[in-house]
Amino acid sequence: MSVHPIIAALRKHKAGTILIAAQIALTLAIVCNAVFIIGQRIERVHRPTGIEENDLFLIQQQWVGAPSGDDPAGAEKLDAKLREDLAALAALPDVAAVTPINSLPLLNSSWNGAVALKPGHGDFDGKARTTYYFADERLMATLGLKLVAGRAFDAGDVQHRAFRDQSVAPVAMLTKALADKLFPDGQAVGKVVYFDGGSTPSTIVGVVERLQVPGTGSWTNSFTWYSSIQPVRLNANFSRYAVRAKPGRLAAAMRAAVPALYKVDPMRVIDDKDGVRSFAEIRQSAYRADVGMAALMGAICLVLIAVTAAGIVGLTSFWVGQRRKQIGVRRALGARKVDILRYFQAENLLIAGAGTVLGIALAIGLNLLLMKYFEMEHLPVPYVLAGVAVVLALGQAAVYGPARRASNVPPVEATRSV
Amino acid sequence: MLAYYLRLGLRSLRRNPVLTALMIMAIGFGVGASMTTYSVFRAVSGDPIPWKSSKLFVPQIDVWGPKSRRGGDSRNEPTDAMDYADAVALMRAHRATRQSALYQVSPSVVPAQAGQHPINVGGHAVFGEFFPMVDAPFRYGSGWSAEDDERRAQVVVISGKLNEKVFGGANSVGRTLDVEGRPYRVVGVLEPWNPQPRFYDVVNSGGFSTGTDDVFLPFNTAIDAGMPNDGNTNCSETPKESGFVGLQHSSCVWLAFMAELDDAAQVAAYRRFLDGYAREQQQAGRFAWPPNNRLRSVPEFLDFEQVVPSDTKISLLVALGLLVVCLVNTAGLLLAKFLRRAPEIGVRRALGASRREIYTQFLSEASMVGLAGGLLGLLLTGAGVAGVGWVLPEDIAALARLDVPLLLLTLLLAVIAAVLAGLYPTFRAARVQPAWQLKSN
Repeated sequence: MSVHPIIAALRKHKAGTILIAAQIALTLAIVCNAVFIIGQRIERVHRPTGIEENDLFLIQQQWVGAPSGDDPAGAEKLDAKLREDLAALAALPDVAAVTPINSLPLLNSSWNGAVALKPGHGDFDGKARTTYYFADERLMATLGLKLVAGRAFDAGDVQHRAFRDQSVAPVAMLTKALADKLFPDGQAVGKVVYFDGGSTPSTIVGVVERLQVPGTGSWTNSFTWYSSIQPVRLNANFSRYAVRAKPGRLAAAMRAAVPALYKVDPMRVIDDKDGVRSFAEIRQSAYRADVGMAALMGAICLVLIAVTAAGIVGLTSFWVGQRRKQIGVRRALGARKVDILRYFQAENLLIAGAGTVLGIALAIGLNLLLMKYFEMEHLPVPYVLAGVAVVLALGQAAVYGPARRASNVPPVEATRSV
Repeated sequence: MLAYYLRLGLRSLRRNPVLTALMIMAIGFGVGASMTTYSVFRAVSGDPIPWKSSKLFVPQIDVWGPKSRRGGDSRNEPTDAMDYADAVALMRAHRATRQSALYQVSPSVVPAQAGQHPINVGGHAVFGEFFPMVDAPFRYGSGWSAEDDERRAQVVVISGKLNEKVFGGANSVGRTLDVEGRPYRVVGVLEPWNPQPRFYDVVNSGGFSTGTDDVFLPFNTAIDAGMPNDGNTNCSETPKESGFVGLQHSSCVWLAFMAELDDAAQVAAYRRFLDGYAREQQQAGRFAWPPNNRLRSVPEFLDFEQVVPSDTKISLLVALGLLVVCLVNTAGLLLAKFLRRAPEIGVRRALGASRREIYTQFLSEASMVGLAGGLLGLLLTGAGVAGVGWVLPEDIAALARLDVPLLLLTLLLAVIAAVLAGLYPTFRAARVQPAWQLKSN
């Protein structure tokens, strides 16, 4: 089939042709970028934190009238309260393991610093940014972390200190990502690092496979996997406990935890809403905005595609109605039904093709705009190609109905006057 | 005549119900998506204190110097929060009409009734000038005086919500509230007041916050009581001493500061004062760099802190893109519809209708589509605003609401969109040559 007659016919419908092509171009541009945003968000939400998330929950509480912990006696007192709480939680029938901890992945409450290979002068010019976790020797069992080198902390490693005390533990564990960045030869265990540009060395005793930082904002993108762990119970007038319930006993353990803590000491605040949260809840609230954005973009894409398809159907139907006589003449002159069908399909392919060329340019332009003003990455080529395929297929699907109707126009139509 | 055109339009729209429904749905969905995302955008980008925001300023002092920005930030911006020494020095200098250093606290409050568990409340430690500066509305009592600040009085201003919880909603001025184990005398109870964005402490709230501030304590009293800060603390070096006192002696930044400056002259004077202060610190050897201060008004500071989430802007942009596609779509369908009626137009023109009348007729038909699309858009916007809680974080979703201006804007947008879409098709319709149409029939 030659495209020449198609172009000649389209010249008579310039405005309609341009409108459909423009609509296809805009649809392609928006759908490519929206689907790219969806893909990014899905990837973000599905990245593993490195911890065993089932059966895990977090308690946060605050003691009333407790000492500040800024003086040694106060810190001792707070530590005694902390150990009482830990013992009470560990004794619960549905609890498998418990550790005091300052934060958890995705909790968005973090203590960040820098780690260096040389002692510094107190300033933060570290080789890498890191987030600190402080927990005791039951950390591995409670969070279900995987050890890939060296050893885990034992009870002898664990110290306690006041929350605002600046001392550093003599031993530490790092994530594999951070260890590899600091020691590219892969031999981190036994080496020494300095936290926050301090002059106290910490020896790396073990490396865990993966442990995400608590922050989920874009500002943490440069150090998402760079966690370091110190064997320290932090003493403040508040505390957090990560608790692993026995398999399948999460709800029972969560119910039992609060009464058990009030029994130890009623003078404390455990918030009704945020006091006890399963890790699933923490995950959900951390990624709520991402899931929501993906859902919104998905909904907009669907509406866009539906509107564009409807537009193509509507306009093509109109053209078919307008050209009934010409179609009849062609049929009378020997064109088969399939020739008429092909004609409208080819016409749509031509318009949609022109639209996609413009659309690719618009998609890249929109992506550049989003990159300039928002933290967006380069739109990968596969997304654009997939978008082009979808839009062309959409055009063909939309035009099929009207084209079929056109092919059913009988040759006798040529003899009738309008 | 217009009524006649409207009747004609209605008849024509009824003739092709599918095409009409397509156009109405396109306009409705485009407008609905745009207005839903706009309602969120409006909620988060609004000015929390429009009558006064241009007089409220946030000073920033470069306490860390260029060294802290090595490698990363090329904008050479000083820290957005303040360290203790500088905040206290600015309070002592007292160069603005009103000013307050403030920090976020999270003390426990013990209800007077026996058997109730203690509760945890959020709040801020502020100076007495804070309340008139931010126009905090009082139901009972008032803030405290400069004298109270000076002599570290144990007084407190509480929210209406906390007053309800602890004192049963009665006028509690003069009564005692146990905060962190110390007795504080209630001097004021606020009306419901929860400005969003939380302009007086963007650094710690990130802009939006689901909770209200339940207690306001005198700054000096809170510092003396050792009530630690509950927000962000950022350090460029490890504090030399430990504890909350160590934090006060360090260059770590954790305080917010706000100053009220009445006119341009006062703003300029305050800028000079800040530069003079920084130069003094340079001469004293505390800063090893020249003055690098900022003095931003509240709207400028909210913009600088990027409190409007970028997702909100992207959503609005994409939804507007959808609206444009819907417009193009409607234009195409209207074009088809109008040109199909060329014979009818030819007859009307031949019988004496002017081009102007053709315009009126077809644009009123387009407006009818717009109005119907607007009504559908209203429904969709209503559903969208109600459902926004499903897809957005609570603190932001709670702010989006449907009100009369939004309703009117939705209808207006739909009609304008439909008329815009109808302009070119109408132009073509009005150019139909009557003679040619009549002949071909």
